[in-house]
Amino acid sequence: MSLFVQVLISGLAIGAIYALIATGFSLLSQGSQTVNFAQGDFVVVPAFVILAANSYGLPIWASFIVALVVAALVLGILFKRLMVDPILPHGAMQLSIATMALSIVLQNGMLNADGAQAFPFPGINGGMHFGTIFIDWQSVSILLAAVAAVVALNLFMGRTRIGRAIQASAQGPQVARLLGINVARMVTITFVLNAALVTLAALLVSPIYLVKFDNGIGIGLAAFSAAIIGGFNQVRGAVVGGLLLGVVQNFAATFGPTQYRDAVPMLLLIIFILFRPQGLLGRAEERRV
Amino acid sequence: MNQPHRVLPLALGLLLVAGLAGSLLQPYEVYLISLWAVYTISALGLNLTLGFAGQISLAQASFVGFGAYATALLLPHGVPFGVTLVIGAAISFILGILLGFPALRVQGHYLAFVTLALATIAFLVFRNESWLTHGTSGIDKIARPFPFTSGVAYMWLCLGSLALVTLGVWWLLRSPWGRAFLALRENPVRAASLGIDVRTYTLLAFAIGAALGGVSGALFAPLGQYIEPSEFALPLSFSLLLMVVVGGSGTFMGPFLGAIVSVALPEVLRSLQDYYLLIYGIIVILLLVFSPDGVVGIIARAVARLRPAAAPVEPTP
Repeated sequence: MSLFVQVLISGLAIGAIYALIATGFSLLSQGSQTVNFAQGDFVVVPAFVILAANSYGLPIWASFIVALVVAALVLGILFKRLMVDPILPHGAMQLSIATMALSIVLQNGMLNADGAQAFPFPGINGGMHFGTIFIDWQSVSILLAAVAAVVALNLFMGRTRIGRAIQASAQGPQVARLLGINVARMVTITFVLNAALVTLAALLVSPIYLVKFDNGIGIGLAAFSAAIIGGFNQVRGAVVGGLLLGVVQNFAATFGPTQYRDAVPMLLLIIFILFRPQGLLGRAEERRV
Repeated sequence: MNQPHRVLPLALGLLLVAGLAGSLLQPYEVYLISLWAVYTISALGLNLTLGFAGQISLAQASFVGFGAYATALLLPHGVPFGVTLVIGAAISFILGILLGFPALRVQGHYLAFVTLALATIAFLVFRNESWLTHGTSGIDKIARPFPFTSGVAYMWLCLGSLALVTLGVWWLLRSPWGRAFLALRENPVRAASLGIDVRTYTLLAFAIGAALGGVSGALFAPLGQYIEPSEFALPLSFSLLLMVVVGGSGTFMGPFLGAIVSVALPEVLRSLQDYYLLIYGIIVILLLVFSPDGVVGIIARAVARLRPAAAPVEPTP
């Protein structure tokens, strides 16, 4: 029983991180038809920035802010201006293939800059016993931070003028433009939001997975799966998909054959795409031809 | 670059030049030319699936793997190489049909993710089922078929196979099947209304592309005489996809040129060895920004500029 609860809590914690990454992934795909195959690497880049700033003597919170600024500029604005804007007119699939190339560029850039070893990342130690159940602060703080971020994002999208304008731009860019919304700016804000989400995910996931140049492969696959399981065209779906995937994966890793642990999200992904492509919460989408 | 009556001699001439050059060069260059031929066969298959039928697949590396493992495992039992090659191609053909089924339900990015997931699972099977595949220790001492034991002779075998595949693809694209693939890419609903069986042709596009992956795998195993699972993981799928796109997706010459870039670039950038993949990725992104129809598009525009009198070359779709 105590093992069950611990596996559940750490599964929820890792799932909450997947949810953040998958939320950003869904935001980009809705806001600008950008299916970002480098999303996993987008998490590793700010982790290296945080470590670098930290090694220059900045405290971890200040390093995080530095990483936020760098990510917003590079993974948000530069990514949009230099890659998405010029390639998207050629087709969404061309852009996806370009992000695969970007993934190669980012991984090898980090490999050349920092080497192939896994770098330790400061986390939160300790925990508390409730009877036989041990609850570690790390998982609890991850859950709290991720939930706070998702709630804040939802409030921003639903309650603020800018948030509503972003939604309108995603749902109907033509109409939004007629209503006087600066659609281009809203799309840029979406990219900056994604950058902020992956930076927060970097801060939360790095104490668990450490920081290694190719961590993005596994993180990316989990985030794509979470986004599709929850519902590709629903930001809320990413949260449900992320949590579900984190828990299932953690249970499979604890009680199932470890060799095929990585196959679990893949199997879930295939089953969902074949039998419920709109995901758990998504609306059915007509097949466009 | 896309008129079939001109591209066929161009492609076969390229093979002949590569072979003659290889016969005069060092063993390492001979190996590179053989590798280029092997990759081109696989990229030609993927180009049929992606470029002509418009179905994205990130599982091509798995089919190369099936072909390679079939050959590496059957050769020691005395099965002749020709037979192992056919078996590898047949396995890939059948699994390619299975891979095609998701494409009947989902398209575009969803299809990319399904094929990506299946490729990841195939890699895990190669790695974990060591009773069959020898796991991460790999299979070594894979014999080359007699009389193609020397490097140069094996290179000619690879180039000869590529020539046969080139003829086959050329014929396929001119046949009603090839026209049906194009119709599938351009407008599936219209294709169906014209009596094309969309279901069968979608599955065939995957199966034929996969079978060519299997053929290339069968040639790949005896080339290096050693295989291990990570060679057939996602990076090879990405790399084959990028070959098709860099060369020019949906053009006949695209895979040939894309594979040249992929094999030659690391050699050209030898002094920057560690930075090669970084630079390759940047080149791909720049190509997608400035020439979405790849190297073929660049050459077509250059030719058009050199011969202003000739009719302007349409950028290939």
